[in-house]
Amino acid sequence: MTDITKLTVSEALNALKNKEFTASELTEAYLHNMENERQYNAYITECADIALTQAAEADKHYANGTNRALEGIPLGIKDLFCTKNIRTTAASHILDNFVPPYESTVTQNLLDDGAVFLGKLNLDEFAMGGSNETSYFGPVVNPWSKDKPLVPGGSSGGSAAAVAAHLCAAATGTDTGGSIREPAAFCGITGIKPTYGRCSRYGIVAFASSLDQAGPIAQDVRDCAILLKSMAGFDEKDSTSYKTEVPDFESFMDKDIAGLTIGLPKEYRPDGMNPEICAYWDKAAEYLKARGAKVKEISLPHTKYALATYYVLAPAEASSNLARYDGIRYGFRAEGQHLDDLYTNTRTQGFGAEVKRRIMIGTYVLSSGYYDAYFLKAQKMRRLIYNDFMDAFKQCDVILTPTSPITAFPIGDESMLQNPINMYLNDVFTVSVNLAGLPALSLPIGLSATGLPYGMQLIGKPFDEGTLFSVAAKIETDAKFERI
Amino acid sequence: MAEYIIETAKGKWEIVVGLEIHCQIISKSKIFSGASTEFGDDPNINVSFVDAGMPGMLPTLNKECVHQAVKTGLGLNAKINKYSEFSRKNYFYADMPTDYQITQFRYPIVGEGEITIDLSDGSTKKIGIERMHIEQDAGKSIHDLSPTKSYIDLNRAGVGLMEIVTKPDFRAPEEAGAFLRKLRSILRYLGTCDGNMDEGSMRCDVNVSVRPYGSDELRSRSEMKNVNSVKFVMQAIENEAKRHIEIYESGGTIEQETRQFDPTTGQSKLMRKKEFAHDYRYFPEPDLPPLILSDEYIDSIRAEMIELPDAKKQRFVETLGLTPYDATVLCENKEHAAFFEKAAAGHDAKKVANWMMSDFFAMLNKKRLDIAQSPVSAENLGNLVELISKEVISGKIAKDVFEIMSETGKSPEKIVEEKGLKQVTDTGAIETIINEVIASNPDNVSAYKNGKTNLAGWFVGQVIKQSQGKANPAIVNKLVREKLDK
Repeated sequence: MTDITKLTVSEALNALKNKEFTASELTEAYLHNMENERQYNAYITECADIALTQAAEADKHYANGTNRALEGIPLGIKDLFCTKNIRTTAASHILDNFVPPYESTVTQNLLDDGAVFLGKLNLDEFAMGGSNETSYFGPVVNPWSKDKPLVPGGSSGGSAAAVAAHLCAAATGTDTGGSIREPAAFCGITGIKPTYGRCSRYGIVAFASSLDQAGPIAQDVRDCAILLKSMAGFDEKDSTSYKTEVPDFESFMDKDIAGLTIGLPKEYRPDGMNPEICAYWDKAAEYLKARGAKVKEISLPHTKYALATYYVLAPAEASSNLARYDGIRYGFRAEGQHLDDLYTNTRTQGFGAEVKRRIMIGTYVLSSGYYDAYFLKAQKMRRLIYNDFMDAFKQCDVILTPTSPITAFPIGDESMLQNPINMYLNDVFTVSVNLAGLPALSLPIGLSATGLPYGMQLIGKPFDEGTLFSVAAKIETDAKFERI
Repeated sequence: MAEYIIETAKGKWEIVVGLEIHCQIISKSKIFSGASTEFGDDPNINVSFVDAGMPGMLPTLNKECVHQAVKTGLGLNAKINKYSEFSRKNYFYADMPTDYQITQFRYPIVGEGEITIDLSDGSTKKIGIERMHIEQDAGKSIHDLSPTKSYIDLNRAGVGLMEIVTKPDFRAPEEAGAFLRKLRSILRYLGTCDGNMDEGSMRCDVNVSVRPYGSDELRSRSEMKNVNSVKFVMQAIENEAKRHIEIYESGGTIEQETRQFDPTTGQSKLMRKKEFAHDYRYFPEPDLPPLILSDEYIDSIRAEMIELPDAKKQRFVETLGLTPYDATVLCENKEHAAFFEKAAAGHDAKKVANWMMSDFFAMLNKKRLDIAQSPVSAENLGNLVELISKEVISGKIAKDVFEIMSETGKSPEKIVEEKGLKQVTDTGAIETIINEVIASNPDNVSAYKNGKTNLAGWFVGQVIKQSQGKANPAIVNKLVREKLDK
């Protein structure tokens, strides 16, 4: 019998419906993989008992024909989603004992569709990082690693590694500046950050509220479409969630793309860019042209300011969002003689270096005297970046870019660790999308000479994830990328 | 009003005062969560995950609070801003669970307005409103339960507040007091805040500065936090102004600072100097979209507006003939005004007002009763006045009747009937009594006839006394003179 953990979600759903195996068997197979592949450090918390109970429940639904959209599909949940009665750490010491008494809306939606939760996946602390090295629970190892361990990307590094290594059928991720797309690219799998407002943020530990968005990380485009359908939807508990219908994303897979215009932003091809990724980019454009799409160079003139804008706004919001981790009501507490000591000791010991760095930056840019020069200016720039995209979408339907200028790098890379800016530069192709609130999908396009995956990014109009699935499905078919 | 001038050996000074008033919004649930706003429950009962600042929790705006704020804005004759937005005010404190307060900063829901205050000499003055915004309250820190620990009650955390900021228009402590009373009256009329300063549902910060009399400069101010009664506000202003003047006159300068008023001494003490002022790092609240109000929405609330104290007062003066003072007193409280209107309907309004403001309020005070619990109903009070007007009973008898009404709750007609207090207007019966009195007091009769005409009053008194107060005084008066002058 073939390894059932190698199946995609859609294949597994078919097999479950056809009674080829049970949900319990499928869950057990994943639990078995998880046990055998702990070297990836993908999970922070495994919850086998809960998973098996849920799987048994799913089998009942299959038995009596009441099976739902994701009945019995074993998922990994990024440990940024609050899960009722399951420890939720945000990969931080400050929350390492926190068990939420409530369920995030996105995970509740998945449970309501019959999904099984295998455990909570590793990430960069509070989703701050691009390599999953800032986790209090240690780095995640990219399953594509060869001689030395490579990073899986971040912040949803545990999600991407677990999906790539078949430690879950699919996973949830969150994306504030590329945290779904970059790890998906580094691990040779697919992920989509939907339009801001598509998924509820209720119950997701906040990093930067105006940028955070949940989305799926899965083996292929179709699985992302299936997962997103379940995760998305208006939620009155999140005032920034959008009241609009959630389409059947999977139905866009087969849609013809002839006549669509694909925009290639010239600013995403700076001098000296890695020729390998440039070649793959051209190749992806060729696939689409061959299927009748028009390819057009476009301009997103404020792209060069995106990274600076992002690294002002995201830390600003984070500095405020993370204030609540003060040791008073929940989470880790270091005692102190006075209230201020308690705060200082708790936060000094509870947060890691990258989180502290961002809190400091964010506090600085919001301080009186600096607000106008940094925060306000960044907000204005954010609007210009949004306008760039809106202008571009007058000429094209979808924008095609690389996801990241590089492939996965070794854990503990000196240049990244010594200068955080080098790490931030990896986000150069992804942060604009968050600033503009747009949907964007990353899928694997091919391997580097060293055998590591490159990802391509498709950026869509607001709430037009459907077209992203149509276009991505074609690239996926033509690229014939071989997953692990 | 007479100017408030502080005169010292060295010169004359005037005060410049502005107020910031935090008013708890009357609403069933908190401004950004579904938890109850019930006051007085056990600690930490009315706390949702949002109020406790749990990870991943998001605020959602309570429409009822917005409605109340717009209503209040209209009551302050203020501009309602169709666009407003929420901001975060960042500071760490144990009773602020998210360590930031959601408030409004650059774009408040209510803009400039004004209210008219009534001063003790019968004059009025307009006080400008700078703005009003809505925000969430903090929880309560309790420091006196343990020598080493503080206790936190989050029941209040997240209750909606309206912060009203006045222009620096006050030139006398009395004006600030009159403003707070008028504001409280308006809020209670509207039902948007219960205005109980002693329970903390209305809290006042006072900004005080002084300047040489006649000058128009604005000098550094000190801010006194949470002064919790009208009396203390006036006292705080007076004493703070004196402190400023003493410092200026001894060659010192005042720097902007925050002070804590101590009600036991009437003095304030330094909390923090300007250089230690918090940097609140305000920025737009990313969890809440801007608040956009339509004209239709604002108009629909305008249509709900009831008659407020100023309009009511004016109507009482113009159409019911009340003095401005009486009208002001009766209109300060909506229930009092309503009781009065009900009592005065169809009767002599001025007389009803007099009765309410003297015997009636005295009775409520003595019995420590709220007007809603009054044993004397509005109808009965009106009917009592009517009995006097129609000369069924005299004013003197009426006081006795009122006494019985306030004990028994019976109608005045019934009391007059039962006790036989009906005024005697039958001239025959009165004449009989007069004849008896004249017959038994020949000395006084001759004294009267010899020119001591003011003895007429004594005869009248004797007659009324013999009638047990029931003889109509006007008739007695007339007949006594006729008889004596015969």
